[in-house]
Amino acid sequence: MTLVWLILIPLIGGLLAWRAERVSSAAPRLIALVSMGLALAISLWIWATQDLSFTGAGFSAAAGAAHWTMEFRVAWIPALGASFHLGLDGLSLLMVVLTNLLGIMAVACSWRDIDRRSGFFHLNLLVNLAGVVGVFLALDLLLFFFFWETMLVPMYLLIAMWGYDAPGGKSRTDAAMKFFIYTQASGLLMLISIIALAFVHYDATGVISFDYHDLLGTPMASSVEWLLMLGFFIAFAVKMPMVPVHGWLPDAHTNAPVGGSVDLAGILLKTAAYGLLRFGIPLFPHASLEIAPLAMWLGVAGVVYGAVIAFSQTDIKRLVAYTSVSHMGFVVIGIYAGTQQALYGVVVQMIAHGLSAGALFILCGEIQERLQTRDLRNMGGLWTRLSNLPPILLFFALATLGLPGLGNFVGEFLILSGTFVVAPLIAVVAATGLIFAVAYALIMVQRALHGPLQGAVANTALGFVDLSRRELSMMLVLIALLLGLGLYPQPVIDAARAPVQAFDTHATHVDAVRASAALDLRAATGGSQ
Amino acid sequence: MNDQAVALLPLLVTTATVVVAMLAIAIKRDHRLIAGITIVGLNAALVSLVPGWSIVEAHSVAVTSLMTVDGTAQFAMALILVTTLGVLTLCPAYFDGYGGHREELYLLLGVGTLGALTLACASHAATLLLGLELLSLPMVGAVAYPIDRPRSIEGGVKYLILSAGASATLLFGLALIFAESGALDLASLAGAIAGAGLGSPIITVGAAMLLAGLAFKLSFVPFHQWTPDVYEAAPLPITAFLSTVVKLGAFVIALRLLHAGVGAASPLIVTAIVVLALASMLVGSVLALRQTNLKRLLAYSSIANFGYLAVVLAVPGVEAVRAAGVYLVTYLVTSLGVFGVMTLVSSPMARRDREDIDEYRSLFWHRPYLAGILIAMLLSLAGIPLTAGFVGKLAVIGAGVQAAQWWLVGGVALASAIGVYYYLRVINALLVSVDMNPDQATVRFGGVYRASAFMLLLAAFVTVWLGVYPQPLFALGRYLAFP
Repeated sequence: MTLVWLILIPLIGGLLAWRAERVSSAAPRLIALVSMGLALAISLWIWATQDLSFTGAGFSAAAGAAHWTMEFRVAWIPALGASFHLGLDGLSLLMVVLTNLLGIMAVACSWRDIDRRSGFFHLNLLVNLAGVVGVFLALDLLLFFFFWETMLVPMYLLIAMWGYDAPGGKSRTDAAMKFFIYTQASGLLMLISIIALAFVHYDATGVISFDYHDLLGTPMASSVEWLLMLGFFIAFAVKMPMVPVHGWLPDAHTNAPVGGSVDLAGILLKTAAYGLLRFGIPLFPHASLEIAPLAMWLGVAGVVYGAVIAFSQTDIKRLVAYTSVSHMGFVVIGIYAGTQQALYGVVVQMIAHGLSAGALFILCGEIQERLQTRDLRNMGGLWTRLSNLPPILLFFALATLGLPGLGNFVGEFLILSGTFVVAPLIAVVAATGLIFAVAYALIMVQRALHGPLQGAVANTALGFVDLSRRELSMMLVLIALLLGLGLYPQPVIDAARAPVQAFDTHATHVDAVRASAALDLRAATGGSQ
Repeated sequence: MNDQAVALLPLLVTTATVVVAMLAIAIKRDHRLIAGITIVGLNAALVSLVPGWSIVEAHSVAVTSLMTVDGTAQFAMALILVTTLGVLTLCPAYFDGYGGHREELYLLLGVGTLGALTLACASHAATLLLGLELLSLPMVGAVAYPIDRPRSIEGGVKYLILSAGASATLLFGLALIFAESGALDLASLAGAIAGAGLGSPIITVGAAMLLAGLAFKLSFVPFHQWTPDVYEAAPLPITAFLSTVVKLGAFVIALRLLHAGVGAASPLIVTAIVVLALASMLVGSVLALRQTNLKRLLAYSSIANFGYLAVVLAVPGVEAVRAAGVYLVTYLVTSLGVFGVMTLVSSPMARRDREDIDEYRSLFWHRPYLAGILIAMLLSLAGIPLTAGFVGKLAVIGAGVQAAQWWLVGGVALASAIGVYYYLRVINALLVSVDMNPDQATVRFGGVYRASAFMLLLAAFVTVWLGVYPQPLFALGRYLAFP
């Protein structure tokens, strides 16, 4: 039942916030903050008290030994064999904690940003978060799809109603529509795959079911497996986003409100990686194995392309958006490399990217609030005007370029070294992304903070304010977490151990190589310092 | 009372309602009174379904050789009556300000409903035609009801001519099949059609003509040209009736005649249906893209939606019929909601309805509830989860996947993806914030509007509820399956 509450609390909080708008304009924010805080507290409580050494994922589980740290199941649509089946293991827990944490950040950074219909804004934000948590917990494919799509409409409304019209660019409704159509069209392919998988299973066993455990290990012809796998792969590739289908992301980010951007980059993109890890690959192991080289090259393309394009952006928010493409490229590589080391890296990278990209988007919002522009050509010299914002921006820029000691470094290093043992060339090419990352992160710092006063900074009257206490405390929390993840990632690794090892047991293709590349985290981090 | 009378009660009550309403008009012209009589009468008809329920559950009841009340009939009658009642709650508010005689409209709707009920129970070619004409002819009057609007007259005439042509084609088709097989009851006709093939040219031609006639009533592409024009010309509540009850009545017949409930269907017919369905989905969706008139857009969207539904006609087996039941319920609730909102924001005194998408700009900011319902309904038409429309689409895709009709399944996916675009265009318009127009800001709820608003809230609630917890829908859907 605790798992249900993890979904219900944001949902109820959202509805309350919506109605509370009548009381006062501050009430929705408070309610949203409290409910996300409560959800975070519950998820941390689970982390602290529950035994995370179980997971029902992977092939050992399909054999019948499915056991989750926490599980919940009631009938939902018996006519279709779909049940309301939730399960939590270390991987889902980490993602849920990240979601709730960034949910708080998204509420907090919208504190002053949203002035109209704040009740409805928070309803959308919290329903979206509830949908994301549902995605991370669902163990029934129909339910998974249901939550997957639940994220969509609220996000669309957040962008379309509270977004910005980029000057000279797309209007917010166009951007929202682009986001919606990309995700919806690819989602439909996944839906067809899900239904077809259920019927394949029905043909084989005579039982109609959408349950994860029933469908794992469904025997099917390899051509069928390929087609069904593609349905999932395309949906996740769009959401991730992988390179040829990333078109929605920069526009959505440029036009989204700050809270929406944090939600989008920090949380929504992770659902795709999670979906691949939990559903896309385990359900179709052979086809996934065959597509792995292609997927990894797409990841490499994302890493390099995202970084190069980011470098040439003049809109600071768009720049950060493209860095997401680059960072998620690493995640794709790690997932399809499939070694334990790479998978630990994927988990760390997802969390680190959630924190650093979230923070950068919040900072973009704060800069925009103060300068009324996001154009890098119009900035410069901020360092002399403000004492807190510039160093914090520098810190997160360093995090994003992968400075050792911060979370992103651990993630990228583990992914690259884990990939090197199975696909050296890919690892080598992807590693160049780290150099590009230095370039785009430093050019951002250079243009925004240094140089002579110019443009908007020079024109703004002297007295513009530094970070408020609310903004500062948000930043300090994120800084502390990134440092913690960079210096001592062991708690995260421990939490992810069971799912990673379960994932590993059926990724048989690299057995021999992997044996020699067993994870030695201390050596990995120690060797670099 | 014997079983037959009990089973036919809804038809009898509806007939009585129409007669009473007609007499009441002769005695005293009063808009509210006639509306009240019709609504009460149809509610009674709905209640009168209940005693028949237990009888039909045991065995279907044949009333002479012309009509059979079975599970399908009961299910369809319930849907028809509920939907008609939904449309009727919209009428008083809409027609209140109309200058001419307002009362006869309820007679037309009542007779139309009777026709739909007849179709639901028809088991013979005679009742089929009778029902079809009872359903179509009053609609000609209803489309042209506001005779001071030239557009309405044009629409009415167009509907009259094309609909008569379609009926004639259908009749010719029936005659050809009769000439070859010598049977006029629907079961034998369906059997003859199921055997249609190149070896039996007369039956094949007959089946093709029959299919064309039904395709016209269901506005499948390429028999769809009348749909946008007539939808646009008709007063909004009538548009709602046309896109729900009229199509429902015709679909039940299509299900009885063309769907191979248990046996194998003729491959020729299945191919024809696949082509019609694909064409409807894709052409409907593509043509909807460029519409600026919401009524026309919805007309094309209903063409596409019935294209999705046609998938079940191409899939043999009882499961497909259940899927049809699920889809129909979701489609009816959603259509009712969309047209309901449009009716409520349209001014009945004006010479035209509020139908340009531009006229809906920024509705969300000054009429949040109505716009919210409209958004939910449009999302449901687009088949987004959390709404009933998704469940309907799920059922249809499930049927298609089960029968490995990959062309159809792919068509549904493609058309839905296109669909998202045009529904979102409308939603975007609703969300645009512009300065408030004082004329639009006037809130007009009260009296008769309250009934419509309540109906809309109910429809919105049902849409979301079924979207979240669709089990009742699947349980209900099995009633449509032949017992």
